[in-house]
Amino acid sequence: MSINLSIKKKLKFLDIDISFSCPDGKLLVMIGPSGGGKTTIIRMLAGLDKPDEGKILFNNRAWFDSRKGISVPVQKRRLGYVFQDYTLFPHLSLYDNAAFAAYDKKDVDELFELFRISHLRDRKPHMVSGGERQRCAICQAIARRPKALLLDEPFSALDVVTRRGLREELKNLKEKFSFPTIYVTHDINEALYLADEIFPVVDGKADYGWMQRTVARDQSLRAARETRLTLAY
Amino acid sequence: MDYTALYITLKLAMVTTVVLMILAAPMAYMLAFTAFPGKSLVEALIYLPTALPPTVIGFYLIILMGPKGIAGSAWGSITGGSLLFTFTGIVIASVIYSIPYAVQPMKAAFQKLDRRLLENAYVLGLSRKSAFFRVILPNSLNGIVAASVLVFLHSIGAFGVLMMVGGSMPGETRVASIAIYEAVESMDYHKAGILSLSFIPISYAFLLLVNRLNKDSSNVN
Repeated sequence: MSINLSIKKKLKFLDIDISFSCPDGKLLVMIGPSGGGKTTIIRMLAGLDKPDEGKILFNNRAWFDSRKGISVPVQKRRLGYVFQDYTLFPHLSLYDNAAFAAYDKKDVDELFELFRISHLRDRKPHMVSGGERQRCAICQAIARRPKALLLDEPFSALDVVTRRGLREELKNLKEKFSFPTIYVTHDINEALYLADEIFPVVDGKADYGWMQRTVARDQSLRAARETRLTLAY
Repeated sequence: MDYTALYITLKLAMVTTVVLMILAAPMAYMLAFTAFPGKSLVEALIYLPTALPPTVIGFYLIILMGPKGIAGSAWGSITGGSLLFTFTGIVIASVIYSIPYAVQPMKAAFQKLDRRLLENAYVLGLSRKSAFFRVILPNSLNGIVAASVLVFLHSIGAFGVLMMVGGSMPGETRVASIAIYEAVESMDYHKAGILSLSFIPISYAFLLLVNRLNKDSSNVN
């Protein structure tokens, strides 16, 4: 399974023109400054927004093809999508949220064990912390047994310590993923820690020099540069 | 005390509320979540009853529901009966008269929902219809209850439009507000006073409920 994408979209202040692919079992981090179109790209991939032209292929099957007039609706793409925050259903308990579209309810029990939130299964989302909510959101996305997993800055609203913990949990978990995962962030450390591949996006276009320029400017990232920057190339 | 008039009033208010909750939900959904050409014209049309004198609404309903009107003649050919001066007739009048009071709070409640909740529901495979029942409705309950209370109260208080469409048929169309008017006309202040007094606790209790719901809703948000 793999995702191949080549799309264009004109926005008010931005022209997106982008191509990339993400193979099976790999985690691709889409990184770049805020306002560069990363979220719009991932939304188009999910089917929440429509490109003006181009193709989105999943396993060589068209999810979107402007020439052939194909646009598979979001409901039929069977994706896991983790938003930044506030997307758990407030009227349901954490367990019911995760089981909302689960393929098999046993998966939810296993995921809750793995993410250490089994003791919170009957709580409503507003009764738990931001980190616990996002853990549940990841469980909800994975319990669907998705064809691909998309994460749009899932930890950016959390404090540093919680973010670091969740990052680790996700890194451990991803070894078990047999599907492509695309992770959007503007945090270079996060990208270097999680990524199998890094795809920098600036002003709606791929900009492979962005990582190097940013790291060179920021002394605090020197250690990261020395260890894993080669990933981007 | 004219229990029959009070019974007809409460029966009318209840039927109106149930009918409107079913009719107004798709209208509120359409106004809250969809964009289409002429949307503002449709919205203004839905809210028009708030800006018209009840007698004007009543006049047009008489035209429509009379034996030569579209609704009246269609009803006549199906049932053989008339819409004017019947309970069914005043239900239709009351529903049209109260539409804005059902649609507006529901639309506001739907609009308060975070759009990403809906997007998450779609990503998780829910159709628009399933998302409406499994996500939108359970998270808009306060707005829906507020809408039903407002419609109920508004229907209890209707007078002009019901007078024109239904007249004052005892046990059929004579609601309490009309009975009060007629009692005053015939100088029976005792009867008018008792009937009027019966409105106050009902209306007050329901308004307290609306306030409570609004308060709960703003606390949650």
